[in-house]
Amino acid sequence: MSTVHLGMPEVRPQHASPSSTLRGSRGFNEAARDELADETLRGNLRHATATIQAKRASAVREVRDWQKLRNAGSALKWQVTDHLPELLEQLEESVTAAGGVVHWARDAEEAGEIITRLALERGAEEILKVKSMATQEIALNDVLAHAGIRAIESDLAELIVQLAEDTPSHILVPAIHRNRAEIREIFLSAMPDLDPSITDEPAELAEAARRFLREKFLDMPGKVAISGANFAVAETGTLVVVESEGNGRMCLTLPKTLISVVGIEKIVPTFQDLEVFLQLLPRSSTGERMNPYTTLFTGVHEGDGPEEFHLVLLDNGRSAVLEDPEGRSALHCIRCSACLNVCPVYARTGGHAYGSTYPGPIGAILSPQMTGMTGTDDPNSTLPYASSLCGACYDVCPVKINIPEILVHLRAEDVDRRRETRGEFHGTWDAALKGASTLMSSPRAYDIAVRSAGALGKLLPGTNIGKLPAIMPLMPGWTDHRDLPKPGPSFRTWWDQREKEKAARGPDSTADGAGDSTADTAADGAADTAADGTTREGEEQA
Amino acid sequence: MRISLMTTCLVDVMAPDVARATVTLLERLGHEVVFDERQTCCGQMHTNSGYYTEAAPIVRSFVDTFEPALEEVDAIVMPSGSCAGCVRDQHAVVARHEGDPLLEERAAAVAAKTYELSELLVDLLKVTDVGAYFPHSVTYHPTCHSMRFLKVGPRPLRLLRAVEGIEVKNLPESDTCCGFGGTFSVKNEATSDAMVTDKAANVVASGAEFVVAGDASCLMNIGGKLRRTGAAPRSVHLAQILASTKEDPFVPSDTILGRASS
Ligand code: SF4
Repeated sequence: MSTVHLGMPEVRPQHASPSSTLRGSRGFNEAARDELADETLRGNLRHATATIQAKRASAVREVRDWQKLRNAGSALKWQVTDHLPELLEQLEESVTAAGGVVHWARDAEEAGEIITRLALERGAEEILKVKSMATQEIALNDVLAHAGIRAIESDLAELIVQLAEDTPSHILVPAIHRNRAEIREIFLSAMPDLDPSITDEPAELAEAARRFLREKFLDMPGKVAISGANFAVAETGTLVVVESEGNGRMCLTLPKTLISVVGIEKIVPTFQDLEVFLQLLPRSSTGERMNPYTTLFTGVHEGDGPEEFHLVLLDNGRSAVLEDPEGRSALHCIRCSACLNVCPVYARTGGHAYGSTYPGPIGAILSPQMTGMTGTDDPNSTLPYASSLCGACYDVCPVKINIPEILVHLRAEDVDRRRETRGEFHGTWDAALKGASTLMSSPRAYDIAVRSAGALGKLLPGTNIGKLPAIMPLMPGWTDHRDLPKPGPSFRTWWDQREKEKAARGPDSTADGAGDSTADTAADGAADTAADGTTREGEEQA
Repeated sequence: MRISLMTTCLVDVMAPDVARATVTLLERLGHEVVFDERQTCCGQMHTNSGYYTEAAPIVRSFVDTFEPALEEVDAIVMPSGSCAGCVRDQHAVVARHEGDPLLEERAAAVAAKTYELSELLVDLLKVTDVGAYFPHSVTYHPTCHSMRFLKVGPRPLRLLRAVEGIEVKNLPESDTCCGFGGTFSVKNEATSDAMVTDKAANVVASGAEFVVAGDASCLMNIGGKLRRTGAAPRSVHLAQILASTKEDPFVPSDTILGRASS
């Protein structure tokens, strides 16, 4: 395993800082149980994810060379991870040459300090924000609030979440867990001037948000705005923001000072590479052929747009992800959210169960890698298990991140860490799987165990196993919800019996007769009574 | 042809009729089936749960069982998409984790001859009409590993459609996982339950008498939920349908995936 060095001199890969919003307070299973109990939430999610999923599918079906596009997207992203240090240095040069200022932030704290300082120096009391995952990840709104600066989200869904003092539960649609009626309530309590006769029609709600935001756009003391970026072109220093509402473009063009916070993995090598991603992203995320607003901006231009441009390049654990060759492709993510919408786990639990800014399948591989999995009690070490490994995410991912493979890889990492830590490898699962491993690698012992399973099954009443007492290890996890077939005579018992009968019939017996009902009946009997054991012996001698 | 049967551990113990049906079917088609009693498990549960080190001896045992006879058989068949997938894609991962290139090489040789049942029938034995008779309505659950990892595609459906008397009904949201996921079904039991509840409801909505799939584990999950909720449909493995004939028709027993003695 080779170590990859970043372009930042004497800097070693490190995990995200604890103040990042990348780790919840509870493990996935526990958090999911609460979310699953919320019927409204499940209804909202089911409806929303099914709708976006269907839209995506039809938008993708239209593109005949979709698989080739995915291959191209994946190849470009591999090129980026392979050459990240050089590309980052190139980006810094191009941005600087275009009149921008580049800042390097190792973690959430450093990024927060840089941005707060820039804002305070410019006398900003209120800052407008373009929807950005990177700023969510570093909890920028809270950091700014500590410094007395109010951040206002300009994205409609992000605004809903902010006004409700909630956290986003989806990468693209942060308020996916809310329905129209809930949004109306949120607006009514947060916007004092709102006419109470407003209905929950989407058009009316959007209008209310528009009015609220327009005032902010026009009245910005200090005139500072903060954005993220979907892509950063190393060759030209161009940043790209892709959005649907146009509010982002207002924020990117109106302020005097623009600060963009961008994860170091957002790089694309050349301007032409955008052609691939600008096709992949809208179809995968909103199911549109093209997104309504794509803003590209490069440095500063006199008399046109912001007078000052600052780029904050954020590591916050990305260098740690990059270090693992098996897991690093998680950095290829373009945050389209297709994997969330198609995930049967996400569609039922919602995003909050994952505890991190990045939920769903990509969150399950990205969050634990960014923060590290520090121990059995680390909520993020439960995330790699939050999947049935159905693979639907891999199928839809526009940059072909093999999420199920990385999930299993991270499980192995978690298990390996426990195995190597004294006193930690003694959990119920550890004991069960160690025991099963010994048994399943000893053919003779295993053979005996399988043959006795039928006899054990006979001790249980009924034809299937129903609810088992909670004190039993592991089993109730299954039997609380579904019946379990009762083990009967094993296949191999039947097979032996049949072989013996075949032998008894002599060398003339052909395969044709083997499946006949005599054999079936005999085998059924064989496992049923001890007397059959005698029969078997007898036949053997015959 | 001479076909070595790897029943999978789950089928051997929990759903023996699936393996018996596989034998019946292949022999009816004129092939010879062999069964090596040293076989245990493919190691999928350990591998997918991240216990590579504990999976390694199981993989070794698997290879030790099937490699020596590799020249004497034309194929190894597993009536399970996920287990065949584990053999094909994951044994190498386990071997690499253990730093055992020899095991990786030997496992690859065994994997090259390993087939899931529908692959064996359609690709190697070149049959789609196996002469089966099953006068019931069924709905087909593709199972994630067969569909996305092995990519068996329409093979099982082609086999099913050729069965005399069968009616194949559409399963709503058929591509969605049933929630089994190995240890996931117990570790994340609440989420798994939410998934299998929806799957069982879709099976009921299909109006079919049976839900059929190529993986006994998923069928045990769906069938177990159907039983628990008192819903009418039964789960049945593809092999059990294909083994069923007019002379010896499949009749389900009360045990999940079981067959009533004839
Ligand atoms: S992992 Fe792939 S599918 Fe998921 S959000 Fe990222 S790019 Fe989209």
